[in-house]
Amino acid sequence: MLISTERPTTFTGLRCRECGADYEPIAQHVCEYCFGPLEVKYDYRAIQRETTRARIQQGPWSMWRYSSFLPVTSAEPVDLGTGMTPLVKADRLARHLGLKNLYIKNDAVNVPTLSFKDRVVSVALTRARELGYTTVACASTGNLANSTAAIAAKLGMECYVFIPADLEVGKILGTLIYGAHVMAVEGNYDQVNRLCSEVADRHGWGFVNINLRPYYSEGSKTLAFEVAEQLGWRLPDQIIAPIASGSLYGKLYKGFREFVEVGLVADAPIKFNGAQALGCSPVAQAFDSGADHIKPVKPDTIAKSLAIGNPADGIYALDIARKTGGQIIAVTDQEILAAMKLLAQTEGIFTETAGGTTLAATIKLAALGHLDPDDVTVVYITGNGLKTLEAIQNHCGQPFSITPDLASFERSLARAQTLDRLDWQSTPV
Amino acid sequence: MTVTVLIPTPLQKLTQNQGTVQCEAQTIAELLSSLETNCPGLGQRLCDDQGTPRRFVNFYVNNEDIRFLQGVATPLQDGDEVSIVPAIAGG
Repeated sequence: MLISTERPTTFTGLRCRECGADYEPIAQHVCEYCFGPLEVKYDYRAIQRETTRARIQQGPWSMWRYSSFLPVTSAEPVDLGTGMTPLVKADRLARHLGLKNLYIKNDAVNVPTLSFKDRVVSVALTRARELGYTTVACASTGNLANSTAAIAAKLGMECYVFIPADLEVGKILGTLIYGAHVMAVEGNYDQVNRLCSEVADRHGWGFVNINLRPYYSEGSKTLAFEVAEQLGWRLPDQIIAPIASGSLYGKLYKGFREFVEVGLVADAPIKFNGAQALGCSPVAQAFDSGADHIKPVKPDTIAKSLAIGNPADGIYALDIARKTGGQIIAVTDQEILAAMKLLAQTEGIFTETAGGTTLAATIKLAALGHLDPDDVTVVYITGNGLKTLEAIQNHCGQPFSITPDLASFERSLARAQTLDRLDWQSTPV
Repeated sequence: MTVTVLIPTPLQKLTQNQGTVQCEAQTIAELLSSLETNCPGLGQRLCDDQGTPRRFVNFYVNNEDIRFLQGVATPLQDGDEVSIVPAIAGG
């Protein structure tokens, strides 16, 4: 597809994060010399020249208001309204945790597919179109699959999605509906990833999280930009984000630093805290033990969207937590479920298990005294609970079954008012 | 032991654009030196100056990460398939 209009570019190429080797801005994610990850290079002076708070505010009500910080050249990137999700002042939850300035960045209601992945895929597929790809693909724990399939459909691209076969039904149907070819692989995500790496080598497709990764991952920065803008052009004091591969966590750091770099916000220290599920916590384990490398694990947790046992950006996450004074902690599946219910019952937000992980980590950080009550603290909720119904199926009680007459209703009402919620989960009515 | 090694795209310039290479080796460590002999430059890309695999390179023997086996001492059998895979972002 030809792009009729282009805007002035603010990115200049790719560079190896490890050895600094330079590359053209093509579809390549690995350095040929040292295997280090490639990252997008920007001309920050050019960004500074074309960016002001007012110009951002005049832009579209979507993540594309920050397009000068994103690695695309199209004047009209694919924009399904992604981004600018609510930043909710979570006062009821805050009181529960003994905090005063707690915010939820609610990407459970991101569009089109109800997770933060819509941000990264919007960038990846815009760039894929610029590079001439007509077939795109991804390896996914579910949310990326939904997003890639949906946005590829909007662009009229052919789409192949590779997932572990044991994913939640909602995430599988939520991919098939868009007409994507879904390969359910008998294996865990790390095995899916390895297969995809070999498929990418053979077929010449645009794999959003493989050969398009340098572009894809930049989309996560918009979660930092939006929070800074929504807080009234200032940085938070603490953030808590989930860690799977570690990419989002690192890009949040990069996003906040870029806003400081071009003068959109005043510099201030932010503590970066990370959350993992205990059944897949290689980064938290390394953080605890003081290690500077990650020992891979075999995942076993209900937080399937975070079940990456061999996290590519784990070492960078460790660096960021340590240099900002943050923590990376692991929580149990039971704590994840309890946190999902707490968020729903205090703030009316139904998140998936990854969000439960992040909130459970927040609860723990507060209990351990790591969160100053006055700190402006932002919790990143990255996905929607309707996609992981299996996880909470037997943990929220049951409806009262009644017949359509007043007497039956009155009997159940009496029970509802006398039994406390925990009791009526186990008491037949 | 003859094993088949899957070569990722970024390294195929060093293998005359071949996606697979046959190698004789008893362990991963031997395989690494054998690869360097057959395809000069390949070993350096995969390992640091001490001969330790670089932190962004993953080795798999028949689908299993060598870090779950015996690392570079992992023994190889006739007909094994060894994959070399760069680290990948998620999720």
